[in-house]
Amino acid sequence: MWIYEKKLQYPVNVSGKNVQLAKWIITQYGGPDGELAASLRYLNQRYAMPTERAKAVLNDIGTEELAHLEIVGTLVYKLTKDASVAELKAAGLGGHYADHDRALFYVDAVGNPWTAAYIQAKGDPIADLTENMAAEQKARATYNWLINLSDDPQVTDVLRFLREREVVHFQRFGETLNYMQEYLNEKKYY
Amino acid sequence: MAVNNPCQALLRKIQQVEFVTLELNLYLNTHPEDQKALEQYNCMHRELCELKKQYEQQYGPLLNYGWGMNTGNSWRWAEQPWPWEM
Repeated sequence: MWIYEKKLQYPVNVSGKNVQLAKWIITQYGGPDGELAASLRYLNQRYAMPTERAKAVLNDIGTEELAHLEIVGTLVYKLTKDASVAELKAAGLGGHYADHDRALFYVDAVGNPWTAAYIQAKGDPIADLTENMAAEQKARATYNWLINLSDDPQVTDVLRFLREREVVHFQRFGETLNYMQEYLNEKKYY
Repeated sequence: MAVNNPCQALLRKIQQVEFVTLELNLYLNTHPEDQKALEQYNCMHRELCELKKQYEQQYGPLLNYGWGMNTGNSWRWAEQPWPWEM
């Protein structure tokens, strides 16, 4: 089971309302390379992993991604909470307002809803771990582009933290892949 | 980053220490025999428990489902602001 901790993994402050920036950042909430996709991908792949190490890595990184989902949700919430309808409309969020008002939803930067088609579980540990390494790189690149788009230094600070975590997860998945290859090669001889 | 009250300052300290334990946790998943990391993990675990206990006594529960303590005569879990509101 999971236990909720009533705090963020990393503090989130914003300089003020910024609807345009929120519209871009929400892709890391419900977009193809976002935190929801990451978390659900890893937690779901745990069951088919043949080694204890790989199960632990997927479990724990999948759990950290849930904390990142909350950080991204907090950014979007804080950047949009006082926005007027005119401001939402001007930032291209008129459609979002029509469907959701100011509620958060799992969408990408242009409003496409989240889909399980973003993720995969192949049942082959090499294929799955390699997918996860690619996913971490795609998320890192997305944070890079968001940092380029950001005009709020306090938001940029949070995006930098999240980008760094993708690099660390990529490293841990790479180590897990190496260990998995050794494990699978050894198995052939017995 | 500046923090403006003692509650936030203690929370910031918890976030820092817990980040270290999380990093060590992920590292130990792929380096399970690293004695120095094991030692650091246990040391930071003790510090984190101490800080959380201190926080919960003063400002209300951080954890629910029996993992955090309730103090006073009312249920404080739902009284404290949520992380996205702080």
